[in-house]
Amino acid sequence: MIGFIVAEMSLFAVFVVAYLFYIGKSATGPYPREVLDLPIVNTVCLLSSSITVALATRALAAGRIARAGAWLFVTVVLGLAFLAGTAQEWRRLIVERGLTIGTNLFGSTFYPLVGLHASHVIVGLVMLSLCVVFAFSGALKAVHRERVELVSWYWHFVDGVWVVVFTVVYVVGR
Amino acid sequence: MTPAPTPNIFAPVSTPAFQIRELSFFVLGITAVIFVIVAGFAIYTLIRFGRRPANPDLEPAQVYGSKQIELAWTVVPLLIVVVLFLVTARYTWGIERRAQPPDALEITVVGNQWWWEIRYPKLGIVTANEIHVPVSDAANPAPTFITVQSVDVAHSFWVPQLAGKMDAIPNKTNRVWIEPRQVGTYVGQCAEYCGLQHAVMLLVVVVHSQDQFRAWVAAQQSPPVEQGTVTAGRELFSSLACINCHTVRGTPSNGVFGPDLTHLMSRSTLGAGAARNTPENLRAWVKDPGAFKTGALMPAMKLDDTQLDQLVAYLVTLR
Amino acid sequence: MSSVPSVVPVPRDIAPASESSGVLAILHDWVVTVDHKRLGIMYVVTGFVFLVIGGVEAALMRLQLAWPGLTVVPADTFNRLFTLHGTTMVFLFGIPIVFGFGNYLVPLMIGSRDLAFPRLNAFGFWMLVFGGALLYFSFIGGDGLYGSGSAPAVGWFAYAPLTERAFTPGNATDYWNLSILITGVGTVATAINLIATIATMRAPGMTLGRMPVYVWTMLTVSGMTVLILPPLTAAQIMLLLDRFLGAHYFDTQAGGSAILWQHFFWFFGHPEVYILMVPGFGFASEIIPVFSRKVIFGYATLVVATLGIGAVSMSVWAHHMFTVGMGATLNSFFAISSMLVGVPTGVKIFNWLATMYGGKLRFRVAMLFCCAFLFQFLCAGLTGIMLAVAPFDWQLTDSYFVVAHFHFVLLGGLLFTIFAAIYYWFPKATGRMLSERLGRWHFWLLVVGFNLTFVTMHFPGVLGMPRRIYTYPADRGWDLLNLVTTAGVPLQAAAVLIFLFNVVYSLRHGAPAGDNPWEAWTLEWATSSPPPVYNFATLPPVTSRRPLWDVQHPDDPDGPHE
Repeated sequence: MIGFIVAEMSLFAVFVVAYLFYIGKSATGPYPREVLDLPIVNTVCLLSSSITVALATRALAAGRIARAGAWLFVTVVLGLAFLAGTAQEWRRLIVERGLTIGTNLFGSTFYPLVGLHASHVIVGLVMLSLCVVFAFSGALKAVHRERVELVSWYWHFVDGVWVVVFTVVYVVGR
Repeated sequence: MTPAPTPNIFAPVSTPAFQIRELSFFVLGITAVIFVIVAGFAIYTLIRFGRRPANPDLEPAQVYGSKQIELAWTVVPLLIVVVLFLVTARYTWGIERRAQPPDALEITVVGNQWWWEIRYPKLGIVTANEIHVPVSDAANPAPTFITVQSVDVAHSFWVPQLAGKMDAIPNKTNRVWIEPRQVGTYVGQCAEYCGLQHAVMLLVVVVHSQDQFRAWVAAQQSPPVEQGTVTAGRELFSSLACINCHTVRGTPSNGVFGPDLTHLMSRSTLGAGAARNTPENLRAWVKDPGAFKTGALMPAMKLDDTQLDQLVAYLVTLR
Repeated sequence: MSSVPSVVPVPRDIAPASESSGVLAILHDWVVTVDHKRLGIMYVVTGFVFLVIGGVEAALMRLQLAWPGLTVVPADTFNRLFTLHGTTMVFLFGIPIVFGFGNYLVPLMIGSRDLAFPRLNAFGFWMLVFGGALLYFSFIGGDGLYGSGSAPAVGWFAYAPLTERAFTPGNATDYWNLSILITGVGTVATAINLIATIATMRAPGMTLGRMPVYVWTMLTVSGMTVLILPPLTAAQIMLLLDRFLGAHYFDTQAGGSAILWQHFFWFFGHPEVYILMVPGFGFASEIIPVFSRKVIFGYATLVVATLGIGAVSMSVWAHHMFTVGMGATLNSFFAISSMLVGVPTGVKIFNWLATMYGGKLRFRVAMLFCCAFLFQFLCAGLTGIMLAVAPFDWQLTDSYFVVAHFHFVLLGGLLFTIFAAIYYWFPKATGRMLSERLGRWHFWLLVVGFNLTFVTMHFPGVLGMPRRIYTYPADRGWDLLNLVTTAGVPLQAAAVLIFLFNVVYSLRHGAPAGDNPWEAWTLEWATSSPPPVYNFATLPPVTSRRPLWDVQHPDDPDGPHE
């Protein structure tokens, strides 16, 4: 998993570099400052989901399957909330502000970077949902804690990437 | 025109190319010494220890390493690298940061698929594929500073005897300078793969004496002489799509997609080296550029023989 | 001291299922296998299929260039040929061979039963096959721009903006893009697999410091792969976005940057060629000691040098971009980093020579290939130093000089060590020896042909001949040199054909190999040839870097010396 995460970090790094490279270089608008709002709620949801997944793995290690399942469920809900927030933001940007991937360099680099992250969130949610299902079906046992922990590492990684994306896009880039 | 010499990087005629050659001798010297020592030791080892041993079943003494030897053979190459780097940096800075004298000749070279547009902004000259510059000597230094750009994909401007390569990158402006010290004709070509006809994107640089250069400039600056005999051809040129892509100064045609044709016949080749510039080749080119250069972006104009004769008769007056 | 059991009789009930008969059943076994040895062999065989294809592409190009103005192939076909030749040799021959050998040898050398994730291993292999098939499907797929299919003609490095829709209509670029994306994912998976295996599955007693040098090289290149292949994937995704969704990453007509692609590509591309070469260093480090009957000189420095090459090679990439106008400061930085990486590389040559010095050299075919490798790689490294000197590079880059340089590295260096490795480990994998006589024909034809072609090739470059041109003017003085360059091709082709014949012939008629035909000392020689599916019934004790030396020389084991 660590090897996989390192590879993914390398992948994201290049998209981040491209984004940074093109900051300020868009020839026409809309510009980041005009259309981007700080996604506070989104970020809170996602970052707290890291806490809930950590609580879930702790519960599982202690043998409390139902509690672990509950925390995993909350994690999934928070992740879905994050995705919903992103979807809402994109709808606003595309429909109301006319910013698409082909509009300018900002659009070209914003959507792939945030989208790449969102796609990783989706993959993580799929894995977490499976864990939830297994928890409630009785298939999940304390002996599986290592595997669930690997999933939680992936989830922490996804959250970590969000911190970087948030900083680069919504703080530095504006 | 006398044939151009082989574009040998070790036969420079221009200051930056001389400097590169100087640097290269230093580097070649170092690498040659390293090669002789290492290869010599290898050959010695192979011969001495490759001979059939007296008792092949007895294993030789096992030597696991030697801190002193290993340190030595790491430190010595590092020192060589330090020296090499310092020399390299000096030449890099020396060539790249050469200050441009206020009266230096300025040329802009713009890479196109698959030809070179050449402009002399301060002299009002626009031509293609062939560059003319004055020779430089100690009494009258006359370097030429070249701005290198591209309108489409990446190309690279390379005339080996004059300077190292400089890439022509779209959306970027690069600079290279030459200072030819010998009259003559020098050749080069595009050195960055740019599509189908990358191989036929030749460059010709003609270095004139200062007087002859002034004469060339004057000839290029003057518009072509009107000749009554070729009105038919001139009308064709104006009425067909030619003027959409080509410019002939002094006439309404002012297209910029294709080469400037004002002094077409003063150039030695057609299609950036696709054919020698003769009236016969010119006729064949206009009839179907693809015959000389598949995929050339100039379309075949589908003219009949009479039209072709008239048009070419006009074009050959553009000296 | 116990003696090493040579062949452990396999009880019937745990015999591998591959004892099935019938072509279809055998085929099925190979297709569904997750055994690292079989996958390793499949990687190598696939790699050689692509080597032959890439070689044919090269031969066609050399035929065209033998004399000015030839029209063996039309211009656009030539451009597709050099694109596919480069792409095939790097991605479909080099990488599969590197990871195929790693697949086969690493578990055997560290005394483990298989890789950490056998199914992921199989996944990686099949990604390679599908990616390669996709790339070559491009010849017949779609409606090509100039009529000869959709094979890409953008060069193996696919510079922007030539690859954008504006300049390359049709789907040729997409074939290049997607096929490499697919194979890249497989490669990263295998790299992660190897790292996990080496980290966690070494035999008891085998500390990191007792691993064979080859395993260190595979660990290093796997680490490099994980770090540098995703950037290529990212850049390719960006290119896809540009081409299909209208993004402008590299679209210079809309403010995008051509140079950004070059940085991303070469950030991948340069470490990539080290990934290709460094395992070759590993082969040499295993083979040379055995045929010199001496322990490798300076194991620790070799390992540190390998790691050093891995690290420093990640900082040299823009020496491919000395002519794009980065400015004197950046040019100087990349010049010094490129010179620095030559130091650990050169040091290895000294280690190998010091190993041979004082030894009793046995010139079996594997050793012959290693000896030629030493000289050829020395030349490659020295021309590399020349190219690191930025102003000199301004003349040499993008010319036939640099083409000669990297063929010296990849053919003279990598391919020669690959052949050495095959002659060395073929007996282990198949239980049969390759013919030494045919091997010597193979070797000498290749050495003569290779040097005839690639030594000569330096000179047109120095005389101004650029790369990637489908023909050249007759008055440049390049004709005779190109003719001589082409003359080496039939010799090299004959050499490879003899080799292939040797392999096929020896599979049936080769002399039986026994467990340890070369009297070598690492763990893979402590089991039968070929190894049973579970690799080792028992392992010799691992108390040094040469477990079998210790077994044979109980009075003078390696341990105290290390």
